[in-house]
Amino acid sequence: MTTPAAPPRTSATGTPHTRREGRAKVTGEARYTGDIPFAELAHGWLVTSTVARGRIRSVDTDTVLAMPGVLAVLHPGNALRLTPGAGLMGPDANLQLLQDDRVPHVGWPVALVVAETQEQARAGADALVITYDEEPYDTAFRADHPGLRPTAPSPLAMPDVDQGDPDAELAASAVVVDREYTTPEEFHNAMEPHAAMARWENGRLEVVDSNQGSYAVAQVLAALFSLDADTVRVRSEHVGGGFGSKGLRLPHTVLAVMATTILHRPVRVVLTRRQMFSLVGHRPATAQRVRLGADADGRLRVVEHETASPTSTVHEFAEQSTRHSRTLYAADAFRLRTRVVPLDVPTPGFMRAPGWAPGSFAVESAMDELAAEVGVDPIALRLRNEPETGPVSGLPFSSRNLVACLEEGARRFGWADRDPRPGVRRDGRWLLGTGVAAAAHSAGVGASTAAITAEADGTYTVRVTAADIGTGARTALGQIAADALEVSPESVRIRIADSDFGLAWLAGGSMGTASWAWAINEAAVALRKKLADLPGDMADLPPEGVTAHADTTELLAAREQRESHGYGAQFAEVAVDPASGEVRVRRMLGIFAVGRVVNPLTARNQFIGGMTWGLSMALHEEGVRDDASGGLANGDLAGYHVAANADVPLIEADWIDEHDTYNPSGIKGLGEIGIVGGAAAVANAVWHATGVRHRHLPISLERVLSGGRR
Amino acid sequence: MTSTRSTEISLRVNGETHSLTVDNRTTLLDALRERLDLTGTKKGCDQGQCGACTVLLDRQRVNSCLQLAVAAEGRDVTTIEGLADGEELHPVQQAFVDLDGYQCGYCTPGQICSAVAVIEELAREWPSAATDDVRRPPAVSEEEIRERMSGNLCRCGAYVNIVRAVTQAAKNEQVNA
Amino acid sequence: MREFDYRRAADAHEAVALLSGEPEARFLGGGTNLVDLMKTGVENPALLVDVRGLPLDRIEVAGDGALTIGATMTNSDLAAHPEVRHRYPALAEAVLAGASGQLRNMATVGGNLLQRTRCGYFTDLSRPCNKREPGSGCSALNGEHHNHAILGWSEHCVATNPSDMAVALAAFDAVVRVLTPEGSAEIPLADFYLPVGDTPHRETALPDGALITGVTLPAAPVAARSRYRKVRERASYAFANGSIAAALHVEDGTVRDVRIAFGAVASRPWRAREAERALIGGPATPEAFAAAADAELAAARPLAHNGYKVPLIRNLVVSTLTELQEAAR
Repeated sequence: MTTPAAPPRTSATGTPHTRREGRAKVTGEARYTGDIPFAELAHGWLVTSTVARGRIRSVDTDTVLAMPGVLAVLHPGNALRLTPGAGLMGPDANLQLLQDDRVPHVGWPVALVVAETQEQARAGADALVITYDEEPYDTAFRADHPGLRPTAPSPLAMPDVDQGDPDAELAASAVVVDREYTTPEEFHNAMEPHAAMARWENGRLEVVDSNQGSYAVAQVLAALFSLDADTVRVRSEHVGGGFGSKGLRLPHTVLAVMATTILHRPVRVVLTRRQMFSLVGHRPATAQRVRLGADADGRLRVVEHETASPTSTVHEFAEQSTRHSRTLYAADAFRLRTRVVPLDVPTPGFMRAPGWAPGSFAVESAMDELAAEVGVDPIALRLRNEPETGPVSGLPFSSRNLVACLEEGARRFGWADRDPRPGVRRDGRWLLGTGVAAAAHSAGVGASTAAITAEADGTYTVRVTAADIGTGARTALGQIAADALEVSPESVRIRIADSDFGLAWLAGGSMGTASWAWAINEAAVALRKKLADLPGDMADLPPEGVTAHADTTELLAAREQRESHGYGAQFAEVAVDPASGEVRVRRMLGIFAVGRVVNPLTARNQFIGGMTWGLSMALHEEGVRDDASGGLANGDLAGYHVAANADVPLIEADWIDEHDTYNPSGIKGLGEIGIVGGAAAVANAVWHATGVRHRHLPISLERVLSGGRR
Repeated sequence: MTSTRSTEISLRVNGETHSLTVDNRTTLLDALRERLDLTGTKKGCDQGQCGACTVLLDRQRVNSCLQLAVAAEGRDVTTIEGLADGEELHPVQQAFVDLDGYQCGYCTPGQICSAVAVIEELAREWPSAATDDVRRPPAVSEEEIRERMSGNLCRCGAYVNIVRAVTQAAKNEQVNA
Repeated sequence: MREFDYRRAADAHEAVALLSGEPEARFLGGGTNLVDLMKTGVENPALLVDVRGLPLDRIEVAGDGALTIGATMTNSDLAAHPEVRHRYPALAEAVLAGASGQLRNMATVGGNLLQRTRCGYFTDLSRPCNKREPGSGCSALNGEHHNHAILGWSEHCVATNPSDMAVALAAFDAVVRVLTPEGSAEIPLADFYLPVGDTPHRETALPDGALITGVTLPAAPVAARSRYRKVRERASYAFANGSIAAALHVEDGTVRDVRIAFGAVASRPWRAREAERALIGGPATPEAFAAAADAELAAARPLAHNGYKVPLIRNLVVSTLTELQEAAR
């Protein structure tokens, strides 16, 4: 349901603003967690297991403790006891560090060496001899693994769906596409390695941490160390990227707190790049089977989508790849399954557009295959299967403009001139092709609080435990507050990333700005009422100013249920050299409908960043697990390729106007949708260029040279 | 031979000379960050695989994570903190702000130092892997800049705006040259 | 990283003297590979002798046209040098295809010749590796080896040499100049990298304690029409999955001179002499190029997971020679 009423006409939102912290970021003044000096700071260096499964037999601390500068070696034999059951979204045993001698995977933390300097800590960690009793392990994921089982019930799990009569619809279908797709292990690799500094100061635990939500991290630490929540303060002013990896798993933070509690001096722990490949979650490999049954004209009768992924033996995390199937296309019947198998591998986690990114690769590739089978244009096929209500939920849409995205994208990309035949365009050694895919991402909101102070000097200060992990949140929230207060953004001070500001949703799930904006808007309304009720005028404010608070918890709970997503259309043109196997993306275009766009400058950048991830997922990214050791064979940035500058051509992103007040701020969130469908658009373009369908990512040299083999 | 596991060195950083005794193991990156409190230079991988630690050494860009501080003795270092002229940003810095050539900002100091050097490398007509014919001077093109900036990974995926910012600064430099 | 002593040498003779009698000493050039290996614990020198400042940072042109490239010249300066760009374009292209601008500014010519393999097992101290720890075994032989050797490997080691520069040098018959306590010596590049055999830890014929002082490229008119093509999993800043340095001189449709070397296929840059022999005096046609590639690749023994390199190299021979021939027309 699209609400006809436009949000109020404003000056700040909807116009481009350069970042508030821009100058600090280009001059090096912006201090990230590992940049902040502290007197008496000690340095912790993690030691991780080299075996895939077993028990720690011995830790030879004596040699290391005798080394210059070494202050302590924490290990399961001397670590602080932690409270079981803590976790950001339910209990997560990954937080129970150094609590027992069990080793559940290669790269599991087994000790922390603390020393006066980084060099000394690292030398100590390198010298620490740990012996293990090794046990047989299984790290090899495959689609037919006998251990695959349904997921455990959890608020995050997508329940399996049996709707209509899938078997009968399949039997009645004129065309059936039945395919398997795989995506590999993928790793966030935020440029800033995870870092934390912890110290006790005036009876409070003070933590400076690189995370996506300081309030949530403070809550977890309080639970884990059995502290009163008020005694823990977590801050994260500047964060060098997160993508889902900074908040759920906190080995650096937990061990820094443990070390400072034992040593009574500030301790900083920074993960190495290699450690980031086993300790902060990752996107698990997926094996997906998609069966689409359709009438001769392409109208879908049935959508079947089964996704399987590995998890660890420590904690269950299942990649919810069927999310995409639940909202994209109408069909008479659905059969959706999520399966998971615990292996002796690190625990996966949320990675940019979890579920959506791999799910869209499978489903949007299958739609392209169906279009070719039916003999209909891939865009026309999608338009033909546009649903009236949520295909699985049956709920009304808060707004849905996928059709407009596809049509506007087709116009701007030049789709009408496209020759549908595969493998017929050449430019020198390159075969050329174009592809399209649809995108969606849930538009959620989390309960948040915010406070705004009208200062005595006529300015305003907004306090909200938001995180700016590169999204431009600081700047966007300034625009939102300015409009809500009907003042200029320059008169608004934005303070974020301090758990003392109270409950707020994380910078995650594409819900951050949407959640914080709602709370800021409510606080602004409350503040303006307070100010209006004051005797006298603004010049008479008390020295401490006037502050109003807001909490959206109840407002959120009172909302009617809606199917609320952002939608988009992705277009790609690729060049493939069949002789060398090289694939180059020549251009990409994304058109999105994500409600209100607060800051066009940073929003466009984020869309394009997501699309760059889609390109990278399509062509480059692949964690290679070495079954001979159970470890990762390419766990560094030379082995695990993310797109480099030369891989990324002209990428354009734009959006269509969309007014949706399901969230009164009008914001749907846009941090993740840019990756959704991107890999499928590229893979579909590779098919159009070469006539070879690539169902396994990434589309590597080897796969192109071998004709798309697994 | 006497053992000297640490060495007294003199480093000229952003025009200022510092005398310090460093553990021979200390990289230039760690010396800048931990000893001189110049934390604008970032550690992204510590292995020469990401470019976040890029600084200018005798005006040429290098990965400071692989440069031993002791081996930089007597050389001239410019870090991100040394690019602006007082309050006035370096043209590359200003272009990054204006064109939003970043997101999280962590790779940004390395990107900007790299870009400053790239513009000079182009002015010196150094070829690159994107140069069609290495016998001829390279063009100042987006393709050249993409290739030359490829030693600086940006995981946020801000390459498109980075290339715009560097191209704008490079073309301005050409005009002013 | 282990603690170490540091000395800076003023000239090549002093450098060699400082190293002599110090079995745990290493020369430090740009450090781009050595410092990384020291951080991971693969290299644990007790002494570094810094040779980067030696006056060996320039190119000298001999009367017969031969170039002698100083060992401490940076990769960037090498690739930017007019003599290299005009007379050996494939060498400039090879250097520019390697690493990043930052790393090329640091890395020296001598260090590039001595860089170690990027086999992941070599740098993973928890896994067996004959190159790092002789006799411990080769993890890659039956492990992850998508980017390992297809030519010249033994069951003791299947790692590849990662250098791009050395591939072009191999094509142009370079000679490595070294200084030992006994005096100067020259080692043809063809003999510089040792066969793997059962001693993969012995990578070069460089005598103990010897310093590379330079590389000499004989005059080679054919090199003026040369190309380096590198294929890798991203467009830049990645090691090769396969590469080729090639030069071609054709008169009246007949191949008069040809140079071909491959990268990323063996423990050393692979000079394709069989292919060259097959081409000399014959027609310059795509069919002849393919037949020549097949002649060379008859010796290929792909591993379980790197068979794609055989067609890749074959195709690179055909497309690169075809391109060179078309450019000459």
